[in-house]
Amino acid sequence: MLKSLILILMGGVLINNYVLNQFLGICPFLGVSKKVNQASGMGLAVIFVMLFATAATWPIYNYVLVPLKIEYFQTIVFILVIATLVQFVEIILKRFIPSLHASLGIYLPLITTNCAVLGVTINNITAGYNFLESMVSSLGVGLGFLLAMLLFAGVRSKLDDSNAPKCFRGLPVTLIAASIVAMAFYGFAGIVENLLA
Amino acid sequence: MKNNKLSILLRGIIAENPVLILILGTCPTLAVTGNVTSALSMGLAATVVLICSNVVISALRKVIPDTVRVPCYIVIIAAFVTAVQMLLQAFLPSIYEMLGVYLALIVVNCVILGRAEMFARKNTVLDSAFDGLGMGLGFILALFLMAFIREVFGAGSFMGIELGFMQKFKIPVLAAAPGGFLVYGILIAVMNKLTEKKGGVKKKSFSCEGCPSAAICTSKPCLNNEKKEEVENA
Repeated sequence: MLKSLILILMGGVLINNYVLNQFLGICPFLGVSKKVNQASGMGLAVIFVMLFATAATWPIYNYVLVPLKIEYFQTIVFILVIATLVQFVEIILKRFIPSLHASLGIYLPLITTNCAVLGVTINNITAGYNFLESMVSSLGVGLGFLLAMLLFAGVRSKLDDSNAPKCFRGLPVTLIAASIVAMAFYGFAGIVENLLA
Repeated sequence: MKNNKLSILLRGIIAENPVLILILGTCPTLAVTGNVTSALSMGLAATVVLICSNVVISALRKVIPDTVRVPCYIVIIAAFVTAVQMLLQAFLPSIYEMLGVYLALIVVNCVILGRAEMFARKNTVLDSAFDGLGMGLGFILALFLMAFIREVFGAGSFMGIELGFMQKFKIPVLAAAPGGFLVYGILIAVMNKLTEKKGGVKKKSFSCEGCPSAAICTSKPCLNNEKKEEVENA
């Protein structure tokens, strides 16, 4: 039981890294990775929202949509739940924990339509995880997102000093750097099975 | 008048190509271009949703209140995505399996919300339909180009058919995840070079301008905006 949970967690962080392997959440990955502190703020906000979103969508799917036999409404319901939830979390944070709102709040509106959040909730349902496994999987995916953001922010701070050809400046050279970081993540494939074998 | 419609159509294909110039919809672009078949089916599915949602949003543009327009757009788009999902599941189950979660993620595809925000809410139904078609064709073209490079040079095949002469020279990493970033980066650089010579097209930097969250962000200091930099500098 514990072993399978660790496998799900590590799989989300390293092997099936949403950004570098599954290409989900590329917009914030490329947009908000210019500075390390921004990248970590965004990463933490994503973990936060992913956990909340999973905690909300899993029961809704299994206790509302399945009994009513309207599973095909999954996409519409999930995106609405996530959008409402983000607004809700923002209001609550602003009211009760202003310090956390000050550090994470600005990232929250950006996350509403982040495909990684919708992706992880749908993937949890498709994989047939139970509630605990879904939460662990979301945590893993969120941590993987944070890790990728931090690593890439580090790489990217060096890019500003590089003397790239004119047509490569800006986005192209950033994408090529992302490609090299993704290649490094390839090394993690297989590490998890061996870790627990 | 007809000329005008034609220019709206053509603009989406080249001058304002959603993927290579406007840099919208990066996630599906990178994810489904490992082979040509999935890239084409993704492109077609997104185009259908784009045309339908553009038409409906444009038709309802006077009804939808400005303050809640983004949630309204999302519901309209999600409805069409669900319809496309159900049609594919019923008639082309193999493609439904292949696209998997990315099919549902058309909902948050920046191309569709971006066009709703940038074009459909300000233009007539017919113009929006042409814009949707043009942008859709541009999206398909860009996906096809990327998938062609990645499948032929990465996997040595084309639409699943092995090309004998390519087998010796294939570069497997191109078909894998890092190759997606690499090919996309190089294609954008090539587009930059080409448009730079013409001196015409104004390129947009990567920002939340086209991102679905942009509308929500404008009220707050958005991190990718120059606004935020101004705030920081001040």
